[in-house]
Amino acid sequence: MGLDFGGARSLSADGGPVDENIITTTIDKVVNWGRKNSLWPMPFGTACCAIEMMATLASKFDLSRFGSEAIRFSPRQSDLLIVSGRISIKMMPVLKRIYDQMPDPKWVISMGACASCGGVFDTYTLIQGVDQFIPVDVYIPGCPPRPEDLIDAVMQVQQKIAGGEVPKGVEVAV
Amino acid sequence: MNNEGGTSSPDNGAESPFVLQKLQENYADALLAHEEARDGVVVVVGKDDAYALLEYLKTDAALGYTYLVDVTAVDNSRLESELVKFGYARFMVVYQLYSYQGHCRVRVRVPVHERDLRVRSVTSLWRGANWLERETYDMFGIDFEGHPDLRRLLMPDDFDGHPLRKDYPLRGRGERERFNFERQNV
Repeated sequence: MGLDFGGARSLSADGGPVDENIITTTIDKVVNWGRKNSLWPMPFGTACCAIEMMATLASKFDLSRFGSEAIRFSPRQSDLLIVSGRISIKMMPVLKRIYDQMPDPKWVISMGACASCGGVFDTYTLIQGVDQFIPVDVYIPGCPPRPEDLIDAVMQVQQKIAGGEVPKGVEVAV
Repeated sequence: MNNEGGTSSPDNGAESPFVLQKLQENYADALLAHEEARDGVVVVVGKDDAYALLEYLKTDAALGYTYLVDVTAVDNSRLESELVKFGYARFMVVYQLYSYQGHCRVRVRVPVHERDLRVRSVTSLWRGANWLERETYDMFGIDFEGHPDLRRLLMPDDFDGHPLRKDYPLRGRGERERFNFERQNV
């Protein structure tokens, strides 16, 4: 896991080479590097996608390789919300409250067809996509998606963080 | 699928009709119809007699239908062939009973007209009927009289309508697009 700070060979103030053990970078890049490699997910598993999420966390797929093994069941301690499963109109206020309780910066993965668009459940009780009510950064298609898909989504979140991208949930003053 | 009792007790071939015999002896006037389904006896009974008949099935020592498996309802409003049988009663409240003695089942069906949705609650016979009746109220709007706490079970408290009724649209009446986060009791 190298420090990819994009810096070419650094030069000291007088133009000569600095010591090999010194790296120059920016605060943002260091902070983002730390964030991306220590995402603490808050699992919001309501259906079969949650089973795939458990598989992703277990030893075979081992999400801890990406620094995300510290699953937090308190939203106040997590910065990545994984919505995995159907969300009913009765559950949506709960999900919204959990999202609101997470400290910024926070990212949201909408895992699977149901969370992303209602899936096959085009019925009176089911939210047709959680992005109507909470901002979603990465969507995962599939019914349910395989663990590789969830890993890919986590890596996409990591790329967004590393690239300095602002989470969807943050309102930037224009 | 075999009759569940048929494999577990030797005289069970006669067990299901035995229930029917007992009911016909004691509740001949109450029975509107009966048949033998493949999983047990089905009886149709008017709602004024339903409670007494269910209590009898539960408490009679020879029958012992002590286990209330399910309470639910059927909306027959789009099924003319069913409607004509029982005076155009829109709903059919269904009680599924199981006897551990005879290892057999009885299904009690109660026709309910839309103009009077009251049915006597069986929570005093089976405490387990509490949530089953709440669900039936939630989904069909059946009004179980004497129920200790007849609130919705599945849908939010401020939900309008009863979604398993046939005239309720599948995609709802806009509940999933517009609902109030503040109103919900989270």
